[in-house]
Amino acid sequence: MDLSRDALLDAYRQMRTIRGFEEKLAELVTAGKLAGFLHLYAGEEAVAVGVCSHLSDRDIVTSTHRGHGHCIAKGVDVRGMMAELFGRSTGICKGKGGSMHIADLDRGMLGANGIVGAGIPLATGAALTAKLKRNGGVAVAFFGDGATNQGQFHEALNIAAVWCLPAIYVVENNGYGEATPTEFVTPVKDIAERAASYAMPSAVVDGMDFFDVRAKAGEAIARAREGGGPTLLECKTYRYYGHYVGDPLTYRRKEEAEEVRQLRDPLDLLERRAVEAGVVDADALRAIDGEVAAELEAAVAWAEQSPLPTADDVLRDVYVSG
Amino acid sequence: MREIRYYEALIEAMAEEMRLDENVFLMGEDIGLFGGTFRATEGLMAEFGGRRVRDTPIAEAGIVGLALGAALAGLRPVPELMTMNFAMVAMDQIINHVAKMTYMFGGQCKIPITIRAPGGGGTQKAAQHSHSIESWFVNAPGIRVVIPSTPYDAKGLLKSSIRSDDPVLFIEHEMLYSIQGPVPEGEYLIPLGEADVKRRGSDLTIVAWSKMVHEALRAAERLAEEGIEAEVIDPRSLDPFDWDAVYTSVARTRRCVVVEEGWRTVGVGAEIAARVQEHLFHELDAPVQRVAAADVPLPYARNLEQAALPGADDIVRAALKITT
Repeated sequence: MDLSRDALLDAYRQMRTIRGFEEKLAELVTAGKLAGFLHLYAGEEAVAVGVCSHLSDRDIVTSTHRGHGHCIAKGVDVRGMMAELFGRSTGICKGKGGSMHIADLDRGMLGANGIVGAGIPLATGAALTAKLKRNGGVAVAFFGDGATNQGQFHEALNIAAVWCLPAIYVVENNGYGEATPTEFVTPVKDIAERAASYAMPSAVVDGMDFFDVRAKAGEAIARAREGGGPTLLECKTYRYYGHYVGDPLTYRRKEEAEEVRQLRDPLDLLERRAVEAGVVDADALRAIDGEVAAELEAAVAWAEQSPLPTADDVLRDVYVSG
Repeated sequence: MREIRYYEALIEAMAEEMRLDENVFLMGEDIGLFGGTFRATEGLMAEFGGRRVRDTPIAEAGIVGLALGAALAGLRPVPELMTMNFAMVAMDQIINHVAKMTYMFGGQCKIPITIRAPGGGGTQKAAQHSHSIESWFVNAPGIRVVIPSTPYDAKGLLKSSIRSDDPVLFIEHEMLYSIQGPVPEGEYLIPLGEADVKRRGSDLTIVAWSKMVHEALRAAERLAEEGIEAEVIDPRSLDPFDWDAVYTSVARTRRCVVVEEGWRTVGVGAEIAARVQEHLFHELDAPVQRVAAADVPLPYARNLEQAALPGADDIVRAALKITT
């Protein structure tokens, strides 16, 4: 195991924070405390955390409508995120963005994005900046299997390949595009095959396994930093909650999510591997569970107590110059 | 003062800004090796190289999306769309992303992008290459719309647009690229949102932009022969819009004709007419007149194209209707 105890505990803490954050949101929606259109990342934690474990603030990520996990993995403050979801002035976007538009430019997080596939050219442009400024940075686009049927996916990968940009394209293939099974709408068995059209290296990754994500993302990111150009990584993963909170899930077997949870849960897998390797013990992980739960409770309390935006705020921020 | 062509003024503006700021770069279809479909980037690849003058695939959504990502990460991109009509292919990036992002993210990012594209008909390119669709973008908050009519304005406004930290859609006109006009040597800037009075007059105000400024000036000469002195106001940018300049002029002339090359229905002219009557209802001696394109996809045949597009004759007719 190439990871130190501290690095493993950090990864576990981030994954637990994402899981807890999403479970908390589901609870708040059910309790009628949160509005909005929420797409939860629970089940996919190993992808965001595995990839972002190689990134720093100078590196850029773009995200999707299912963006909370990418934000947390990129270091965005969970209190600011929670306040954003509560529509408060202390929110990371002052309450103007909501779940699908959380962004934190200082962390290199160019935004969750409500348009499927549209973050992909943004990451590609950020990769162009890194290349032209020669700053050693890379850009990662996270997106779903459904986005790979959008034109913007193909336009961006084509340009990234022809310009040899330091971009990493991470497909989170959770088996469904909105409420339609991937195989209904996508002819290739593995989306990674699509990289061949752009003469781009690719890999199929077990997106439930933090260690597999970390290893294959590490290779791709190192290649990008060294000037070797872009990579397409297909992470096979799963979303526990369906497309959005309240999804009636008529398109999948009732038992499916529970079966995945029992056999392939990314937090369980990480824990089992780390404990078996003797790098961490279960007590340390339970302590983290408690700290994360407390942190999230505090974030909710802080968000609920935060002031609402004022009526004047509605007209601000359309332009930066008056 | 020396005279240069509209496209040469654009080249000078880009070259000067690229010399001043290494973050400025160009990208678009056929802009580098070929020098641009309308010669507006001629010579720039030779001076600045392929790193900063980037030939792209034919992929408009990708071009605008990449420009946005590059801007968010710290560059100052000037992407070109070969015609305004191709902006429709990139509409998601232009409206859902470029225009909305500063607001959606609570003001935490600036978006210093200038998207250049020519609009306009008159060269028989027919319905998918000739439309003037500036009204669509003026309708959307968050993106500036700049639309110069002369070489002087083109240079000064393009330089200001490139320096703007808000996104700008910079709309050129295919029929204007070759016109000549006075442009001083050396640097100058024209602030966005300042109208220019292209002709002084006291009997009516004609508001027109882009190629329609020239049609309005021709119309004004003909009206002058009949003893009617028209003032021609060129707003030069439609967002921000210099409402004061229009109100001040109309308050004095008490009559107004608005001219645009785009479709009449829900055009920019409709907005101007509405605001003028809201602000100056009691000062007006006649209803505000609108001259615009016919509400049809632009036809190919020369006589049909001319019939669909507005011109000096239509402006004269509208002016006479409210002055005699």
